[in-house]
Amino acid sequence: MRKLTALVSGLLFGNGLILSDMVNPARVRAFLDFFGDWDPSLTFVMIGAISVAAVAWLIVGKRETSLLGSELPAKPSTTIDRRLIVGSAAFGFGWGLTGMCTAPGLTTLGLGRWEVLVFFAAMVAGMYLYHRWNDLHLLRRDKLTRT
Amino acid sequence: MNPDWVSALLGGIMIGGGASLFLLANGRIAGVSGAIGNLTKRVWPTTETILFITGFIAAPLVYSQFSPLPEIDATRNIAILIIGGLAVGIGSQLGGGCTAGHGVCGNARFSKRSIIATLMFIGVGAGTVLVLG
Repeated sequence: MRKLTALVSGLLFGNGLILSDMVNPARVRAFLDFFGDWDPSLTFVMIGAISVAAVAWLIVGKRETSLLGSELPAKPSTTIDRRLIVGSAAFGFGWGLTGMCTAPGLTTLGLGRWEVLVFFAAMVAGMYLYHRWNDLHLLRRDKLTRT
Repeated sequence: MNPDWVSALLGGIMIGGGASLFLLANGRIAGVSGAIGNLTKRVWPTTETILFITGFIAAPLVYSQFSPLPEIDATRNIAILIIGGLAVGIGSQLGGGCTAGHGVCGNARFSKRSIIATLMFIGVGAGTVLVLG
C-alpha cells in the first residue's frame, strides 16, 4: 500500500507541475522577472500547494505515526548556518539562470527534451561532487578534532 | 506570457495534494533534492523513494491521456545549462532542500530554515534574471 501511495504522490505532484506550467522554464523565469514582464503564476501555485500541505502537517502533528504506520519526520531544525544561506543562494542562481530545478526537472525529463537532459546530468553531477567534497571535509574535521 | 491563474492554483493544489499524501501515508517529506541526492551518496534507496521519483518521471504519460502536453521553452546554451545544473545540484545539497522540500513542504510547516531558503531562492533567482537577462 505504501508503495502505491509513494507512486501516486509523485504522479500527483508531477501532474500538478504540468498543469500549472511549472515544467516550463520560461514561465519560471518570467516569475523571477520582477522588474520586467512579471508573471505571477508561481505565486498562485505556491498558495495552492502550501495551503493543502499545511493541513496535512496539522493532521500529522496530532499523530504518533503516519496513517499507514510509518515513522513521521523529526521536528525541523532551527539552525540558520552558512550552509543554508550559501546553498540556497547557489540554488537560486542556477534556478534563475535556467528556469529549471529538481522536481520540475524530473517531470520534464519525461517530455524528452535534450536541454533538460543536459541540465539534469549537470545537476546530478553537482550533487555527486558535493557529497564527495562533504565526505572529505568531514574526514578532515574528524582528524583535526582527534589531534 | 499569459498568466493562467486557474491552472496555476489547481496545479498548486495537486502539488500540495501529492506532498500531503506522501506525508500522511508514508510519513515522508516530499523533498526531491533529497530523494535524488541520496542516490549520489551511494545510499541504496528504498522502494518507496524509487516509486516516488518514478511518479514524477511518468507524470507526462498520465497527463497526455487527458490533455495535450504543453510546449516548453528552455535555453539552448549548453554552458548555461551545465553551470545552472551544477549550481542547482550543489546548492540543493548544501542548503538541504529545493523548491519542493523547502518551498512547499517546509514553508507549510512554518520552518524558519525553509522560509529563509525560499527567500534566498527567489531573491538570488530574481537578481540573476535582472542582471543576466
